[in-house]
Amino acid sequence: MAQCEAKCGTAEQEKKLRAVIEASRSTPGCLMHILQEAQGIYGYLPMQVQKIIAEGLGISLSEVYGVVTFYSQFSLKPKGKNRISICLGTACYVKGSDKILEEIEKELGIKCGECTEDGLFSIDSCRCVGACGLAPVMMINDEVYGKLTPNSVKGILDEYRGAKK
Amino acid sequence: MTTKELDAIRQKKKALIDVRRVVKEQGEKLAKETGYRKQVLVCGGTGCTSSHSMKVIDQLEKSLKELGIKDVLVVKTGCFGLCALGPIMIVYPEGAFYAQMTPEHVKTVAEKHLVKDGEIVKELLYQGTVTKDGTVIPFAETPFYKKQMRIALRNCGVIAPEDIEEAIAAGDYAALEKVLSSMTPDDVINEMLASGLRGRGGAGFPTGRKWSFAKASQGDVKYVCCNADEGDPGAFMDRSVLEGDPHCVLEAMTIAGYAIGAHQGYIYVRAEYPVAVNRLKIALDQARKYGLLGKNILGFGFDFDIDIRLGAGAFVCGEETALMTSIEGHRGEPRPRPPFPAVKGLFGKPTILNNVETWANINPIILKGAAWFSSIGTESSSGTKVFALGGKITNVGLVEVPMGTTLREIVEEIGGGIPDGKKFKAAQTGGPSGGCIPAECIDTPIDYDSLLAIGSMMGSGGMIILDEDTCMVDISKFYLEFTADESCGKCTPCRIGTKRLLQLLTKITEGKGEPEDIVKIEELASHMKQSSLCALGQSAPNPILSTLRYFRKEYEDHINEKKCEAGVCKAMLNYSIDKEKCIGCGLCAKNCPVNAITKTDYTAPGHKLPSMAIDSSKCIKCGVCMGNCRFGAVVRK
Repeated sequence: MAQCEAKCGTAEQEKKLRAVIEASRSTPGCLMHILQEAQGIYGYLPMQVQKIIAEGLGISLSEVYGVVTFYSQFSLKPKGKNRISICLGTACYVKGSDKILEEIEKELGIKCGECTEDGLFSIDSCRCVGACGLAPVMMINDEVYGKLTPNSVKGILDEYRGAKK
Repeated sequence: MTTKELDAIRQKKKALIDVRRVVKEQGEKLAKETGYRKQVLVCGGTGCTSSHSMKVIDQLEKSLKELGIKDVLVVKTGCFGLCALGPIMIVYPEGAFYAQMTPEHVKTVAEKHLVKDGEIVKELLYQGTVTKDGTVIPFAETPFYKKQMRIALRNCGVIAPEDIEEAIAAGDYAALEKVLSSMTPDDVINEMLASGLRGRGGAGFPTGRKWSFAKASQGDVKYVCCNADEGDPGAFMDRSVLEGDPHCVLEAMTIAGYAIGAHQGYIYVRAEYPVAVNRLKIALDQARKYGLLGKNILGFGFDFDIDIRLGAGAFVCGEETALMTSIEGHRGEPRPRPPFPAVKGLFGKPTILNNVETWANINPIILKGAAWFSSIGTESSSGTKVFALGGKITNVGLVEVPMGTTLREIVEEIGGGIPDGKKFKAAQTGGPSGGCIPAECIDTPIDYDSLLAIGSMMGSGGMIILDEDTCMVDISKFYLEFTADESCGKCTPCRIGTKRLLQLLTKITEGKGEPEDIVKIEELASHMKQSSLCALGQSAPNPILSTLRYFRKEYEDHINEKKCEAGVCKAMLNYSIDKEKCIGCGLCAKNCPVNAITKTDYTAPGHKLPSMAIDSSKCIKCGVCMGNCRFGAVVRK
């Protein structure tokens, strides 16, 4: 049941989404804003959600899909409960953030862009969170971790593993 | 609000702000006027909040309460610049600069320094402010701050960005008042033209000319946009301005609206900057409430309002036409120019677009005059430039210097040199569109034209310092990965060109390069520069071309000798163990993920255990052994 809810969304989520569409449909250029809100409601943008938006705005599904796939912030797949985002900006890269990414991939057994089977973690890379003074950095959800080394990664992940129990 | 009320706010809070700007003795006198014995400023920028400055504030407030101190004011400000030493806390009127604060440290400072007749806790200060004989010098005298000149960042780290009254007291909205009360739109544009201000987003187009084109365009509806889509990885100047002094951007956009005849502005800001977005929203609400945005601003009959639009993670949206397409709610693809935005921009109407740092310069130009501004910097590039100094440099952070400052001054004096005794190799400016400045050009004065002449560009202000451990082929590949990924796909030269360049570079870094690859790269690069639709594609080859110009031998070594001098390109690396240095502890073997390290039957003279050796056929070149060896016996060649 939980699985299905995650896949197609609840009635409540749909109600929220329709309210957002109604509130902003008259603003010029509102599609991006609605998509951002929708991703906030559902966590990602499944096809069904895109259909609701297209119908609500009276535009084609292909136009909505085109915008969704253009911007890296929008995701067609669900993300993990804990979203890991490793900065691969230049300042972090020259300080070895690629090795941090490798270590996390190894530790979790998934690749960048994937989600662990238990849904606990997903890994993405990002371009600069602006904390270059702390390079290399990663974000887990909204928390920034700086001055990372390949050895310090496991301890941080363990904190989140512990929180599950 | 009327100008009188604006002035009243200014007078009310003036002393409070002045305490943070003047040196100790006068500061103490001023502090008496404010009713606060001391003010504690804590950085609430992204850099310091990432190193938990909010916990510092919490502890500070708790300690003050416990100690019963009521005459010390705590202020959450924007960035002080020295991000590597965060969280930073400055106590006025002394100007004591505490660095890398923890809640424990805060407690100590509160108990020993903030109490009545307290003393500065020297051991917790930024050690750059303590001389050898133990005297504390003002932080403005330290090498990091001494050579800087803060115009765009004038209020960052000085005011509380979430308090419009502090912003007003620090001078924000005074330029708007002057413009609306005593200048015509033409006066404003002439002042901009005379100042010589050029766009700080990268291309350096004269701001005054942009405005005059938009003013000349016919139309009843025009727009003013702010580009806060700071996409260059490693650059965070614009974010710091938005976080530290958001009102200066709102004020400047309103001035531009008056000058060109627009009544609506848009700020397009990266969604990855939650702190900045939040402060902007607060600033907008406050400005509307105080009548500094909206209808009949300051009673002069001029209407202007601003909306925020969030980006969604596309580098190309930093390009002006792509940004406008994105605000319109579409895929952020660039449009061919002409028509230029000043004629036909957002929603098909005349539009001007400037980036955050450019906007941050408007207020001082109006207040202090074009002549003052153009006297700073070089002849072709007036004013200052903010750089986000990062990479292999001691003082990572935000610096603002007059144009014409040399790279050497930035790296060696302000930046404090390269850590770990390594050698400076190059500085990368302009991000994925820019190039590298090699060590031999370290005395080049930095302005728009001299950087172009040496094959780099000013860019938006990211400056990444590279040391001898950086492979220039690898860094080019890094940038091409970025541009190939971020190419929007609309025009062929960029879409295919970036992919093909990346393939060629990958081939070279994998040790499969052939001599003709360099020729192919140069030919393709030249086609892309000429025929791509927007600046992303036109400048994507720059990182390769500039490294080829100054570090050609490195490319040739990769291709002909299959050698990576910096030891970065894995395919060309070999790890081995110096059997004379190895003491046989076996730590490397224990940590080797693929069991490629075993004991030999050789024991070096003076050692008790036989040394280890790496089986290169099994080795995956991860470097773990090297990181673990405490005797420097693992060699990478």
